[in-house]
Amino acid sequence: MSYVRPFKPLVFAVCLLPLVYLLLSAFEVAGLGLGTNPVEELLHELGRWGLKFLLLTLAVTPVRRWTGWSWLVRYRRMLGLFSFFYLLLHFLVYAVLDQGLDPGLIVEDILKRPYITLGMAGLLMMVPLAATSTKAMMRKLGKRWKSLHRLVYVIAILGVWHFYWQVKLDTLQPLVYASILAVLLISRIRPRKRR
Amino acid sequence: MLIKRPADIEPSEITSESVYQRRRTLLKMSGLATAGAIAGIPLLSLAEQEGISGRELQGVIESPLSTAEPANSWQDITTYNNYYEFGTGKADPARNARDFEPRPWSVVVKGECDKPGRYDFEDLVDNQQLEERVYRFRCVEAWSMVIPWVGIPLASIIGRLQPNSNAKFLRFRTLHDPERMPGQRRRTLDWPYTEGLTMAEAMHPLTLMAVGLYGRELPNQNGAPMRLVVPWKYGFKSIKAIAEIEFTRRRPRSSWEQAIPSEYGFYANVNPEVDHPRWSQARERPIGFGLFARKKPTLMFNGYADQVASLYSGLDLRKNF
Ligand code: HEM
Repeated sequence: MSYVRPFKPLVFAVCLLPLVYLLLSAFEVAGLGLGTNPVEELLHELGRWGLKFLLLTLAVTPVRRWTGWSWLVRYRRMLGLFSFFYLLLHFLVYAVLDQGLDPGLIVEDILKRPYITLGMAGLLMMVPLAATSTKAMMRKLGKRWKSLHRLVYVIAILGVWHFYWQVKLDTLQPLVYASILAVLLISRIRPRKRR
Repeated sequence: MLIKRPADIEPSEITSESVYQRRRTLLKMSGLATAGAIAGIPLLSLAEQEGISGRELQGVIESPLSTAEPANSWQDITTYNNYYEFGTGKADPARNARDFEPRPWSVVVKGECDKPGRYDFEDLVDNQQLEERVYRFRCVEAWSMVIPWVGIPLASIIGRLQPNSNAKFLRFRTLHDPERMPGQRRRTLDWPYTEGLTMAEAMHPLTLMAVGLYGRELPNQNGAPMRLVVPWKYGFKSIKAIAEIEFTRRRPRSSWEQAIPSEYGFYANVNPEVDHPRWSQARERPIGFGLFARKKPTLMFNGYADQVASLYSGLDLRKNF
């Protein structure tokens, strides 16, 4: 359905809104702000937006199947790349603003703190997926492209687990994300067709 | 017990002349001219504080135990709170405790003491000398503030309650009232919030029963009407809205210890060398310095080592975290 084409820039712009909002908040424009602990707020917001976009990416296939809206698949790559984009910013805020770009501290954290190890593993796995997200790479890799991109399931599990593990006590929020992820994963298990 | 001055205050740096003059001017402007003796650095900035509220407390004196570091703003201290009785988000307590009514208030005193019973708040606090104590505050989550509390040394409250020789520990409990404390409707922690101290910790001159902030009555989100402040321990030891004090023979179990015993212990002394299992305690983020501020090293016993280290001589602080 070609009429969807013009919406692509619009969807792109909508996906940028969280970033615009966070930037305005960081510079305290228009009465916005990041609150009393701005580094933590920015870090958490970017982590949550990254995870939301990741879940949206995973929602494309089941929603398409339930609704029959086959055009949805056109936006999947963009959603996945936005997830990577927000999580890269999440990592940069951690490395630059939280750890002051001290390589020793960052490496120690990644090796010693299991929740950081999980997050880092997830982010690193996203790199090859982002790098092979072009049409040319898709063609070049053929069947292997599909297998490679199944990594997204592992990444999502690592991401939710990372969220769950950094919470002090009240796990309600990460459990909500975990439930949504569970639904999205289970929906992919198709019963074998009896015939 | 000998009262030592905190290591960070050299007599010469207590008040530089220009700061002193500025403070005098501000005090005069705010009608507190009589108050050469009333409170220190925080009153200087009192006139400039945004959003400050609550009844002013009378007859507050300065304390030599205060730190010379500049205090966080009223705004910082009252909008970023861990107080699960009013929600688990940092901004929740300021919102959800707005309508909490901390008066009338009474405290049940029981256990190993000669004067058990139910005490009205006024009975415990009135006629006691209120002191301003500017203390460092270090949260177990690795952030910190400097807070100008007003309160009474816990030792002088304990003195009136006359613990007997069996009393080795104190157990404190927060009010348990899900109607008034909406966070208690969810079972995040095992309500009521419970904390404990050894008798020696409770009697230490630094240990404060706080009833105020910035010379005003304590705001609800900070634990009105009365809360503990134990500045060399992680913040969760400083229990809020105290409704019960019990003198015990055996060591009480605190709420966080009960919830996750592998991560939170009874002592919870600030210690940069003993990490939380999930994060480092070596450094802390001072609140109030914006997006680009650096973290700073955490000090042993939160900088109060000179005064409190002797309480723990011979104790393995790695095991007794
Ligand atoms: C798949 C990749 C990742 C995802 C989906 C993700 C997601 C999240 C989420 C949702 C949060 C919690 C936000 C909140 O509490 O509201 C979070 C927190 C955090 N993440 Fe990530 N993250 C990822 C990778 C990373 C990486 C690579 C690092 C650093 C090396 C990192 C460091 C942190 C830190 C330090 C916190 C805050 C912990 C705290 O405040 O105690 N994350 N992340």
